[in-house]
Amino acid sequence: MIRVVLPFHLRTLAHVGGEVTLEVAAPVTQRTVLDALEERYPMLRGTIRDHGTMQRRAFLRFFACQEDLSHESPDNPLPEAVASGKEPFIVIGAIAGG
Amino acid sequence: MSKVRVLAGTRKGAFILTSDGKRENWQVDGPHFSGWEMYHLKGSPADPNRVYASQTSGWFGQIIQRSDDGGKTWHQPGTPPGESTSTPEGMPKSESNKFVYDTSAETGKPLTTHQFYDGTQHPWEFKRVWHLEPSLTDPDTVYAGIEDAAIFKSTDGGKNWKELSGLRGHGTGPAWQPGAGGMCLHTILLDPSNAKRMWIAISAAGAFRTDDGGNTWKLINRGLRSQYIPDPNAEVGHCVHHIAMNAKRPGVLFMQKHWDVMRSDDAGDNWSEVSGNLPTDFGFVIDVHAHEPETIYVVPIKSDGEHFVHEGKLRVYRSKTGGNEWEALTKGLPQKDCYVNVLRDAMAVDSLDKCGVYFGTTGGQVYCSADAGDSWNPIVRDLPAVLSVEVQTLA
Repeated sequence: MIRVVLPFHLRTLAHVGGEVTLEVAAPVTQRTVLDALEERYPMLRGTIRDHGTMQRRAFLRFFACQEDLSHESPDNPLPEAVASGKEPFIVIGAIAGG
Repeated sequence: MSKVRVLAGTRKGAFILTSDGKRENWQVDGPHFSGWEMYHLKGSPADPNRVYASQTSGWFGQIIQRSDDGGKTWHQPGTPPGESTSTPEGMPKSESNKFVYDTSAETGKPLTTHQFYDGTQHPWEFKRVWHLEPSLTDPDTVYAGIEDAAIFKSTDGGKNWKELSGLRGHGTGPAWQPGAGGMCLHTILLDPSNAKRMWIAISAAGAFRTDDGGNTWKLINRGLRSQYIPDPNAEVGHCVHHIAMNAKRPGVLFMQKHWDVMRSDDAGDNWSEVSGNLPTDFGFVIDVHAHEPETIYVVPIKSDGEHFVHEGKLRVYRSKTGGNEWEALTKGLPQKDCYVNVLRDAMAVDSLDKCGVYFGTTGGQVYCSADAGDSWNPIVRDLPAVLSVEVQTLA
């Protein structure tokens, strides 16, 4: 079971309160996790990845296991701790004023 | 007794303000979508309970929200919670926040670039929905004006959106360029007497009209003069801020350009300046009295470098002669130390017998005049910066 932590506004959009848990078939990558997330919560499509390019939106980052994975290939395997559910995959908004 | 419902979009959420026809005592409901930029909310003239809203964020992109009960509850029309993104047959289902430019070989080919700030050609990139214009007759049909400038249409209540690509296919696209606020299509006017005709405006390209339901578009900028572009009389490149029309007299249009207040008596084919005795003719909003088609309203702003009202005084200017002769309306508005702006979609009129006029400021006030502008009262004073104001007159 994959654990995903979403920022406040996306939790509101998805009508979830805390962490999201997802079944993701191997390989567990950014792409397969986000595909599974959007399948379960279709209202999140386009909010994390651009609809057309499927690129990460500029002001969002992907963290896990105290590392910034934002610039990793979306098809690279995520850390084993994420794949095993020990650690969450974190989607986080950039800190910015306004 | 009649009621009015004011839909206010702000930098940090949407607010719904309701009153009976006296427009003295108001209920304030909100914030809806707190923390999000609500560029525009607008109700369907065909079904007042149907309200569309543009919810947007620099972090998370664009969401379209819809209410079918006058703003009490909302949902994303294409993607209700808990539903799969695909049909049992595996086909992708609708997505209400998906605005994808037409790149088809037939119509998308010439539409790839526009002029960027540095003069180079730049690909169109979707940013946000600035304006939603519901059909006059069908609650499920709604138009969206977006940045980078294009117009989209939904015929299924906002579930799916399709570009009317004839606009970007006009041929002048490479000469369009973003203003300081981005290259936005911010104004959509529907002709109640001709279902095939509508007008749109883009900063900074100018005004366009279609007479065939959006397939082809005509530039309608003759008479506009803009000193800030190399050829002040150019066919394209004008920073039109807003256009307004009295529904009972379609074809007579009033425009607040970057500088200059303009009018057209021939559906936009020709424009003439009617700034007259305004203290400054820079501004964003313009609107027309619901029953008196020659009575128009603007809020002069000091300059394009100083986006606040002139002389620290918040004054609505009214002309009862279709322009040129203007009077300042000040009763109930702050007349010292006021430095707010009124943005382009932040003024509206109701259709009660005594026409109500409403506007919102970047300081978070929403004002109402229940006597066509003679006097004003704040409905609320301390909202986030107001981006848009619309009003529904309810039976």
